[in-house]
Amino acid sequence: MGRGWAIAVHGGAGVDPNLPLHRQEEAKQLLTRCLNIGIAALRSSLPAIDVVELVVRELESDPLFNSGRGSALTEKGTVEMEASIMDGSGRRCGAVSGVTTVKNPISLARLVMDKSPHSYLAFSGAEEFAKQQGVEMVNNDYFITQDNVGMLKLAKEANTILFDYRIPSTGMESCAAAVESPIVMNGLPISIYAPETVGCVVVDGQGRCAAATSTGGLMNKMSGRIGDSPLIGAGTYACDLCGVSCTGEGEAIIRSTLARDVAAVMEYKELGLQEAVDFVINKRLDQGLAGLIAVSNNGEVAYGFNTNGMFRGCASENGFMEVGIW
Amino acid sequence: MVAFPSNKEKKKQKSRVTITQHTEKTFYILRIYGWAAMGWAIALHGGAGDIQKSLPPERREPREAALRHCLEIGVAALKAHKSPLDVVELVVRELENHPHYNAGRGSVLTTHGTVEMEACIMDGKSKQCGAVSGLKTVVNPISLARLVMEKTPHIYLGFDGAEAFAREQGVETIDSSHFITPENIERLKQAREANRVQIDFTQPLPKVPQETPTSSGDSQIGTVGCVAVDNQGNLAAATSTGGLVNKMVGRIGDTPVVGAGTYANHLCAVSATGKGEAIIRATVARDVAALMEYKGLSLEDAAAHLIHESTSPGTAGLIAVSATGEVTMPFNTTGMFRACATEDGHNEIAICPFY
Repeated sequence: MGRGWAIAVHGGAGVDPNLPLHRQEEAKQLLTRCLNIGIAALRSSLPAIDVVELVVRELESDPLFNSGRGSALTEKGTVEMEASIMDGSGRRCGAVSGVTTVKNPISLARLVMDKSPHSYLAFSGAEEFAKQQGVEMVNNDYFITQDNVGMLKLAKEANTILFDYRIPSTGMESCAAAVESPIVMNGLPISIYAPETVGCVVVDGQGRCAAATSTGGLMNKMSGRIGDSPLIGAGTYACDLCGVSCTGEGEAIIRSTLARDVAAVMEYKELGLQEAVDFVINKRLDQGLAGLIAVSNNGEVAYGFNTNGMFRGCASENGFMEVGIW
Repeated sequence: MVAFPSNKEKKKQKSRVTITQHTEKTFYILRIYGWAAMGWAIALHGGAGDIQKSLPPERREPREAALRHCLEIGVAALKAHKSPLDVVELVVRELENHPHYNAGRGSVLTTHGTVEMEACIMDGKSKQCGAVSGLKTVVNPISLARLVMEKTPHIYLGFDGAEAFAREQGVETIDSSHFITPENIERLKQAREANRVQIDFTQPLPKVPQETPTSSGDSQIGTVGCVAVDNQGNLAAATSTGGLVNKMVGRIGDTPVVGAGTYANHLCAVSATGKGEAIIRATVARDVAALMEYKGLSLEDAAAHLIHESTSPGTAGLIAVSATGEVTMPFNTTGMFRACATEDGHNEIAICPFY
């Protein structure tokens, strides 16, 4: 059986070094609030899978991070959200992509897992399923914040040089270097990039692990773009051993099957949780920038990132609690 | 005619001396440590599933012929020194164009009677990859996946966005009705009557009494895929599918999910087929590579572990090649349409476990 519960939350890897202090404070407060919600749920013996859903719903409902309300915008100025959830016991999973009117995508992912014969539904089919299941739906405008409208404009200006796939990729590096901001992620200056995907991993008192990740995706993404968050093994993974949620440059995370690899090196190389996290961040990411949070079935919690920062918080039953950005 | 060799004969073929003994010894040592490539290899599949031994010849033979034809195309391309990435794309295009396999033309239908195709391609050395889902008009989904990999900053495009990208890139598109075959209309009807989601390859639930021969017709169709390695050890994998009969609109399976249905790195290339949901949760394709990388297993042992330990009986099959030119094609279903060839002369086309 388990050796105590543990929980971690994140609000994305890759942070603008010039992020105003009051914004940093807001982020920390939100992470703390979400941790406390999770801790309370764990103390009242909710299973891990319910706790990760509950916490990610809270993160989706707050406009601060890039998920649910506050999601990044597509090149068309709309919101297309995606999410996935996985229960370590039985490795059951559910995922959604291209969701435009569902208030809490993570709960729809949970319903795909629990109530559909499939594990992944997308776009109009996912919306249809949402209506069928009677989840709370809102107009797409609900998700769009003024901040993000401004960011999209900036991203478009930057992308006209940086990110047009019709320009041969050989030209891209020199163009990227010409942009003022020293840090570039996914081809965007960090001040605009703001990945801020959210995620939560939990091991409950019985040693059951679960993971959940939710995102609006990449600012100025092509309509239809699917990132790592809904992909089991990439952005989200849980099994008997651990639960993992990743964030950062989605394409790098997909290529390195980052979340599964934390579990794979624990299973096949018999590394401990923190060793496994360090291993995948250092050895698996190639050039990519990303971060992740993880818990193990014996109540450990760990995180790692190779970006300049990651919004994160973690706590465990023995009284440990930490909220940090840098 | 392709002979189906016994296991003993297969072993003999594998050990056939093709180079001088001295060189072979050196290569053998290098091969043990994974330093030397030993020649090209290719494998392809047309889906794993509940394929009955009683499958009548008129249904088996056209599919065998297609496998043989596609294998020949792939072997010729490898001999002409085409890159494995080009080879797997070429072979999967051919399988997509074949109406008896569940990909491209011949794709099975959603619960609304529509086609939604998906595909994924991955290059081993660079780990570059591209994937698409929810295609309705693109003649060759695998080639669109390749374009996503090469011409966009993204890896994965789905549904309307993927269709818009296809038009922008000028790939061949056609009215959705092109993909729909009478056999698949019939299969959907049967699945609806059975009121359940039917895995692409299962026998339709026999209506009582079974009415026409067509009701057991093209039911053994599955996902298609190809993996290849050249004699420099470059690897690539590609998978394409129409998904499940009577699937919900918007359903995404394992095929386009990198690490689930498709994966390639510097060690091996893998394409999986079977029950998508089972393959996703077992991250089948990535785990073959992970077992080789982290546990030092051989390709054959790694693949066998996935099929016999990590997935339940009746749910999965895979084809895989290693950088050193080994091939393996295990499955835990009744059968899997499969074919492979290696530079040292091994050649196989089979459906059920032993033939």
